[in-house]
Amino acid sequence: MIPRPKPERFRLRRTMMFMNAQKPGLIKDAYIYGVDSIMLDLEDAVAENQKDAARFSLYHALKTIDYGDTEVIVRINGLDTPHWEEDIRVCVAGGADGIRIAKCESAQDVKTVEAHVLAAEREFGVEEGRTLLMAALESPKGILNAYEICAASDRMFGVAISGGDFRKCMQTKFSPDGVDMMVARGQMLIAARAAGVQCFDTVFTNLDDEEGYRAEVMQNKAMGFDGKSLINPKQIRLVHELFAPTQKEIIQAEKIVRAYREQSAAGVGVFTVDGKMIDIAFIPGAERTLKLARACGLYEGDLV
Amino acid sequence: MKNAVGRDIPDFLLTGGKEVYQGKNYMDGKYLQKAAPKTRRYEKPQESKLVETIAEALRQCGCKDGCTFSFHHHLRNGDYVANMVVKAAVEELGIKDITVAATSLGSAHDVIADYIEQGIVVGVQTSGIRGRIGDVVSEGKLKTPAIIRSHGGRPRAIEAGEVHIDIAVVAAPTADCVGNCRGIGGKSNCGSLGYAMTDAKYADHVIVVTDCLVDFPNMPASVEAIDVDAVVVVDSIGDPKKIASAAARISQNPRDLMMAENVAKVIASTPYFKEGFSFQTGVGGPSLAANLFLEKYMDERNIKMGWAIGGICGPMVELLKKGKVGKVIDVQDFDLDAVNSINQTPNHFEMSASQYANPANKGAFVNKLDFVVLAALEIDTGFNVNVLTGSDGVLRGAPGGHPDTAAGSKCCIIVTPLTRGRMATVCEHVVTVTTPGDCVDVLVTDYGIAVNPLRPDLIECLDKAGIPHVTIESLKEKAYSLVGRPDDLQWEDKVVAVLEARDGTILDVVRKIKPYTIEED
Repeated sequence: MIPRPKPERFRLRRTMMFMNAQKPGLIKDAYIYGVDSIMLDLEDAVAENQKDAARFSLYHALKTIDYGDTEVIVRINGLDTPHWEEDIRVCVAGGADGIRIAKCESAQDVKTVEAHVLAAEREFGVEEGRTLLMAALESPKGILNAYEICAASDRMFGVAISGGDFRKCMQTKFSPDGVDMMVARGQMLIAARAAGVQCFDTVFTNLDDEEGYRAEVMQNKAMGFDGKSLINPKQIRLVHELFAPTQKEIIQAEKIVRAYREQSAAGVGVFTVDGKMIDIAFIPGAERTLKLARACGLYEGDLV
Repeated sequence: MKNAVGRDIPDFLLTGGKEVYQGKNYMDGKYLQKAAPKTRRYEKPQESKLVETIAEALRQCGCKDGCTFSFHHHLRNGDYVANMVVKAAVEELGIKDITVAATSLGSAHDVIADYIEQGIVVGVQTSGIRGRIGDVVSEGKLKTPAIIRSHGGRPRAIEAGEVHIDIAVVAAPTADCVGNCRGIGGKSNCGSLGYAMTDAKYADHVIVVTDCLVDFPNMPASVEAIDVDAVVVVDSIGDPKKIASAAARISQNPRDLMMAENVAKVIASTPYFKEGFSFQTGVGGPSLAANLFLEKYMDERNIKMGWAIGGICGPMVELLKKGKVGKVIDVQDFDLDAVNSINQTPNHFEMSASQYANPANKGAFVNKLDFVVLAALEIDTGFNVNVLTGSDGVLRGAPGGHPDTAAGSKCCIIVTPLTRGRMATVCEHVVTVTTPGDCVDVLVTDYGIAVNPLRPDLIECLDKAGIPHVTIESLKEKAYSLVGRPDDLQWEDKVVAVLEARDGTILDVVRKIKPYTIEED
């Protein structure tokens, strides 16, 4: 049995890679690719008459494979299916770090799942509150209720949009410039930030379109996403590369934090760094840059 | 007697000056007496050397009992020629006690496996042994132990007279009526004929078998008429579909790509990665994919590859055509892109096996190699590699140029997944040592990178570049923790194959495998 440390609600989640929980060959060592979180799927990837087999495969993977620092999340079946209750029991019994609620549309959906998770934690003797939650918004209603969903539980660490279903509901299709989901992404981001949780973008499905993938990841970063869902290990590297702060950004952030600490100790509130006016409003951003740089292995200093 | 890689070599093999493996470069500086062939004079001008049948050509070349034939494997699994020749010798001439000295033998040569079982073929010397021949030799059915040599060790042994070729057979995609041979221009093209070159120079007799007779002179010739006794035209020398695959595709397997990327990272972290560096890679998934990632680093640093050698396939030809590599020199071509490029694309040249890898000559290409990327069936904690025997102890592989490029290069990188099915690739002791650990520098697996402690300089390079690495022992433990530790293989005493190091010393032996029985506890 592999004991997993208590999951951290807020940690680095640049990449979340989906894989079919029923495929032992895929899930046995999915951590080797360096992804931040793996998303073991009990929902769409698993055929309707294979849900049980997938749960067995998932349970044994969770119990016998050492995923190390890689976060292990499970996507359960929607609340409109006969599967989700048993899915929750198996996730909790196996000790998954978190559960992704598919097709989440309201705060009540989150609370319903939370109640079952708590019951399962009690049933299997798992520390209460250990199992984290995130929600996938896949419909216009989910997007409209994004804020109440994000704020529905202390277990919630983030929210993600699921492009396939959402585009279907909106009667639109993938557009290279992202205009098809621009408003939804924006609204979800605002809600997530307002509720203080993380926010993740949908998958990019055309593995051969390297240009298009790069463009989407750059737009994700520009919009302020924390990370992205992936379908293939070869998509990992680009996200980590583009989401990492640049050397220039790191040096600048270091200067700002260091100058702020020196100046404020001397009683100065506003000062200049490289000719630019700096005050306390810049500090959280600079500190976040350094924390991200450290998580990416690019910063070894002691300011954060 | 135990050798430098800890293998026990039976004394009966250590006669006539044969020694056990002593370590890398042991023979350096010693002298070699070359063994010249005894060849027939063709003083009177001949209109043509065409002979009706292979049997007739064999008769003309004085084929008799105890004869040693040499074959080359450029036609790979599509080869018809080795079978045709051995069959003609046995069925039409009634020859016995044949030794087959080939550059590689595989599933195309099951007929020869039959002759081994019948006791007609009594000796096998090769750089690769697969298919049914591997099985029958492992079952102890060959009268004398097979001798396995690397691609460089083979021309060394030929030049030293350790193997004397009575009749060398050249399977030629094109030939003219006096025996000038080329690997292109016909219907069964294979590109380079590099492995046949040394054989033709050192054999007493040379027979060319072709399925495309062309006008004299067939130039530039890979094997020259001055060494050829007879030319036989047959319907087909091989199955083109199995000779050269369509363009070799770079793997899309994410595991292969991840390993390939790490190989490129390691290469780029060393001081040898600079303008004009030299490179060889295999055609396996992650080895070939290394090309792709290496190109990115070359572009980033704005440097070009000076030259590449090897068995060559499309992706390297592509780099040559893009001007990112100065010269490509090869002994063998693996796909149609390479076949169609050799001697056609400027700066794409052919070389002989001796020029490629022979440790006893005065300037093999491998000795100037900066990097080689190689695969492995197994690698042990002493960095010894096995590319010959399967996990069941049966012969099913090919040292090929592996030990030569590993020994010659400045940085030898082995790339392999940590496990294959239920087998640990990184293990305590390899079944057979085919490349000694003192020639292997870095191991890249899907679970991490390990550097040979003999190379503290490379460890420093990786550290400086921030490339994480672990000990090979920890990789072995990880492998065993995933798939379990296998029981030791059970052998009988009989030696079925001798594995020569490239310098001619004995690196390891393969014994007859004991059939596996499950014991009750």
